[in-house]
Amino acid sequence: MAQSTARSKSMTGGEFGLILALLALSALSLFIAAQAYTAPFAFHAGLFCVASAAGAFAIYHRYDNRAPDLPPAEIDGKPNYNFGPVRFASLAALFWGIAGFTVGLYIALELAFPWLNFDLPFINFGRLRPLHTSAVIFAFGGNVLLATSLYVVQRTCRARLAGDLAPWFVVLGYNFFIVIAGTGYLLGVTRSHEYAEPEWYAILWLVVVWVTYFLVYLVTVARRKEPHIYVANWFYLAFIVTIAVLVLGNNTEIPVSLFSPKSYPVWSGVQDAMIQWWYGHNAVGFFLTAGFLAIMYYFVPKRAERPIYSYRLSIVHFWALIFLYIWAGPHHLHYTALPDWAQTLGATFSIMLWMPSWGGMINGLMTLSGAWDKLRTDPVLRMLVVSVAFYGMATFEGPLMSIKSVNSLSHYTDWGIGHVHSGSLGWVAFVSFGALYCLIPWVFQRKLYSLKLVEWHFWLASIGIVFYISAMWVAGIMQGLMWRAYTDQGFLEYSFVETTQAMHPMYVIRAMGGALFLIGALVMIFNIYRTLSSAKVATSELSLVAAPKLAAAE
Amino acid sequence: MTDGTEHQHKVDPYTGKATTGHEWDGIAELNTPLPRWWLWSFYATIAWAFLYWIAYPAWPLISGATDGVLGWHSRAAIAQDVADLVSLRDPMNAKLAASSLKDIENTPELFSFARAEGAAAFANNCAPCHGAGGQGSKGYPNLNAGRWLWGGTLEQIQATITHGARWDADPETHSSLMPSFGRDNMLKPDEIVAAANYVRSLSGLPTDPDANLAKGKQVFADNCAACHGPEGKGNLELGAPNLTTKVWLYGSDRAAIINRINNGGGGVMPAWGAKLSPVTIKALAVYVHSLGGGQ
Repeated sequence: MAQSTARSKSMTGGEFGLILALLALSALSLFIAAQAYTAPFAFHAGLFCVASAAGAFAIYHRYDNRAPDLPPAEIDGKPNYNFGPVRFASLAALFWGIAGFTVGLYIALELAFPWLNFDLPFINFGRLRPLHTSAVIFAFGGNVLLATSLYVVQRTCRARLAGDLAPWFVVLGYNFFIVIAGTGYLLGVTRSHEYAEPEWYAILWLVVVWVTYFLVYLVTVARRKEPHIYVANWFYLAFIVTIAVLVLGNNTEIPVSLFSPKSYPVWSGVQDAMIQWWYGHNAVGFFLTAGFLAIMYYFVPKRAERPIYSYRLSIVHFWALIFLYIWAGPHHLHYTALPDWAQTLGATFSIMLWMPSWGGMINGLMTLSGAWDKLRTDPVLRMLVVSVAFYGMATFEGPLMSIKSVNSLSHYTDWGIGHVHSGSLGWVAFVSFGALYCLIPWVFQRKLYSLKLVEWHFWLASIGIVFYISAMWVAGIMQGLMWRAYTDQGFLEYSFVETTQAMHPMYVIRAMGGALFLIGALVMIFNIYRTLSSAKVATSELSLVAAPKLAAAE
Repeated sequence: MTDGTEHQHKVDPYTGKATTGHEWDGIAELNTPLPRWWLWSFYATIAWAFLYWIAYPAWPLISGATDGVLGWHSRAAIAQDVADLVSLRDPMNAKLAASSLKDIENTPELFSFARAEGAAAFANNCAPCHGAGGQGSKGYPNLNAGRWLWGGTLEQIQATITHGARWDADPETHSSLMPSFGRDNMLKPDEIVAAANYVRSLSGLPTDPDANLAKGKQVFADNCAACHGPEGKGNLELGAPNLTTKVWLYGSDRAAIINRINNGGGGVMPAWGAKLSPVTIKALAVYVHSLGGGQ
């Protein structure tokens, strides 16, 4: 359409179609809001109504102010990168990160000091806990994945992001999903499936957004100017495709009514549990592992200015990882109603997953060979490298805990919480911080304000993580041993109440660790704020301070 | 790179290894072979998985699954664990079952075993309401005070644990309930205040300066004495507390007593006979009786 007439401006099919679709959604939402059975659902339908109307208006406003032609894919033979959605998602990641860490600290304090629940339903542990997990995994982690993937795919394919409105629809639509999910938890709207709490209407919206994300990514890769697809893009694609499959599988559910937020899954009993943990474990595998390995595969070599250690290892561990991960979910259901054979397969596939996981660690760490000296001077690179070390530790601990005899001690205890946080704080958050410290200066064309503050962030967060995970190891193993302790006469030695009393000091230490981690993140916010308020610098100057050795083709 | 440098296998000067020849945004890849230790560890985990599959139930078939040569099943394993525990306790439990509560208390060997069993059962079933030491809290009776709603002998404690209080599912539960004198308009507000003052006077607590104790006494005699007794000494048959002591289940202040007269009702205790074995309940009765308040 854009090529047809050079001067006169006309709406693209995408603009027109999306405005119509959003207006229709707005009207439908208004109708549902008026008929809704519950106040929280009316509130959510109202949010849908206002947000989609605002979206339609924003598209028209953008059309009104834009040049007759859409931005070209290339200018003078160089790719005309589209970094707007990347900028938005990178700042959204910081916002949600602070929100998620703060809620995490609060619920850690609630566990140590239960009076902090204040008998208020909105802030009780049961509602805040999914708010914390979703905010850090899906809001913080998700926006980091969006920002980095939409950046990396352009740079490594030397192609402008496919679509004009689509990339914006993806980042804004995804963040709207986060708002619906998060406010839903506080209002008591939940499917009660761990890490899969959002109800059917939020999921329907997510599916539309996610399919768009997949298409934007795929078409951008298809339009690449490089003969081969870089390994980071395989990992991003595996993440996008598999998350779609997982969400659809675990959300096979029937709403009670168009006017009710409640739905029932078609799976029931042990099938429901199995599907849930097939989903849950692979959310870890494909969201928090594959997605963030993609980040590692771009940002570590970029920041270290070293080639990837082994191309072959990257191929073999990629395919081994995605083939084996998908089977490992049943290890979340050891010693339950799940049949023994499924438990066995879950445990053995988890053990076989150990080396494929470590392939990523080896490639990450060994890429540093020839650049280890940079760890002394570059705290951003140090963050990236420490994240890979934590990744290695967590992916050893995971297979260990999936062995049934170990699991019988560790399951249901705080060891699990410690394991999750060595992975999420040490690996996911650190690789995210490292990537954002690189990415934000690049896409905003600013010099990072202070490496000294990155140093502070690194040490505050590292000490916080050590406090956190060591407290949870002690608490979890003690708890497991107390639960199974019998007296000589054959009676339980400790009551449940005594085990919770015994864990109190560890809970306080854990909260202190969380506080340090949060303070570190606030230092980052200040650093980024000062970075963004400084003057723009030329790209050539950026490469000196923030490492991207720009491709010769540019 | 598409400018003719493609597939030129450059050599990385630091490691001396060749690259694969491609480059993306400045990132190259070395053509390093798989680390041997990595590969052999991977093979080892796969071999281990095969052995595990042979040993344990593993692969689903059309009906059922491969059984594993060890014949191990988690349900059989847990049943074995439970059976081991039961057989460990059985000799002593058999003696408890065969002995009267009094005999258990008078035989040191049985008494110490019953106290151990009772303490474990108490900690996991009773402590959430009655407190870790049986000290109780508002609405949940103190079991150490020597004051009992339904009686403090061994047999009475055993009966209360077995059938509970106001537990509808058990026909033998203690079911009597204090009426809601205020809410159901059986007494007027001034009568309730007078009765509350009179009740406080029974245990020597100070009363309102303008309290009409004579009226209160009359109200008490007409409405309360039927259960709590003419002198307020209570009635174990009905679970009606003694109002003349310092032990108060719902508090002794004026407002708390007025609230009780207004709303009546009573606490609920589950019938543990549906969950715990008779021997465990026997042990619990001995344990509770020995806490300090037994009669």
